[in-house]
Amino acid sequence: MPVIVVEVMPKAELLDPAGKAVAGALAKQGRAHFSQVRIGKRFELTVDEVTEATLDEARELADDLLSNGVIEDVLRIYSAAAPLDPPA
Amino acid sequence: MTRVGVVTVPGSLDDRDAQRAVRLAGGEPVPLWHGAHDLDGVAAVVLPGGFSYGDYLRCGAIAAHSPIMSEVIAAAERGMPVLGICNGFQILVEAHLLPGGLVANDHGAFLCRDQVLRVENTSTAWTSLYEPGQHITVPLKNGEGGYIADAATLERLEGEGLVAFRYAGINPNGSANDIAGLTNPAGNIVGLMPHPEHATEPGFGPDTDAAMRSGTDGLALFRSALERVLA
Repeated sequence: MPVIVVEVMPKAELLDPAGKAVAGALAKQGRAHFSQVRIGKRFELTVDEVTEATLDEARELADDLLSNGVIEDVLRIYSAAAPLDPPA
Repeated sequence: MTRVGVVTVPGSLDDRDAQRAVRLAGGEPVPLWHGAHDLDGVAAVVLPGGFSYGDYLRCGAIAAHSPIMSEVIAAAERGMPVLGICNGFQILVEAHLLPGGLVANDHGAFLCRDQVLRVENTSTAWTSLYEPGQHITVPLKNGEGGYIADAATLERLEGEGLVAFRYAGINPNGSANDIAGLTNPAGNIVGLMPHPEHATEPGFGPDTDAAMRSGTDGLALFRSALERVLA
C-alpha cells in the first residue's frame, strides 16, 4: 500500500534535548566531530491510493495536527510506494 | 452551589485533585469526559494535569482535538472561565486558546519542586483574589514546561499584561521571560505549568515557615473563579 510521508523537525533555534543527549553520547565515544544531533519525526500515512486530494489533506494535517508551527517545521511531504521506501 | 467542570481525558492524572480543589474552594466539581460533546451546564472548566494520550505526538496535542474541547473552546470564546494546569496548559496552547508553545525543560530532566511564583495579573477570572505582585508557593512537576514564543508574541504578551504568573527566585525550566502562566485578553482563560490544585488543603500542600505541608496558596485561584461566576 502506498504511503504519504510527512517529515517534521524541531525548529533549528530551539533546544532539542533528545538530540543533545545523543550528541553527548557520541562525544563520549570520541566522535565529537559529529558536533550536533537533532531528532525529528517521520509520519507514514497509509492510503489506498495517493491522489492530489489525499496529498492536500495530508498537507493540511501536517500543519494542523502532525506538527505545531510554534516549535516545529514540516520539512517535506511526499508519497512513496510502500512504508520505509526512500523518497522518490 | 456553583458547578465547575473538570475534564478527564485518557492519561489525566490530577483530575481528582482538581475536583478536590474545587470542592475545598466551595464549588461543586463536575467530572466531564473527553468523548462527550456536553459541558453539563457548568459555569467554569478546569483542564487538569497529566499525560494525556501518553504525551504522544506532542504534549496536549491529541487531547486538544478531543470532542469535549470543541465545547470548551466555544465556551471559552463566550467568556466562560477556563483554567489549564500543566498538561491542561499544554492543551490550551495546542488548541490555540493561548499563544506560544511548551517544550522540554532546558536542563533535559523531569523536575518536581515547590516553586515560588509572582502573580503578575490579578484582573483575570482565576487570580482576582491575589494581590498584584504577590508571591505564592505551589508544586511544579513536569518534563516539558519550557515556555516559548516568537519575539513578537512575547512583546505582545508583555505589552498587554497577559503574563499571569512568573517564576520567582529561579527559572526552573528555561521558560522565556520566566513565564509560568498566561491569560487571554478577556482574562477568562488562564493556563500555567505549576499546580495550584496541589496547594489547597493544610497537611497536603507545600511546606511553609509556619508548618510542614501547610501551604494553601493555590486555593485562591479556584475561589477567584467561583467569585467571578457569581458576580
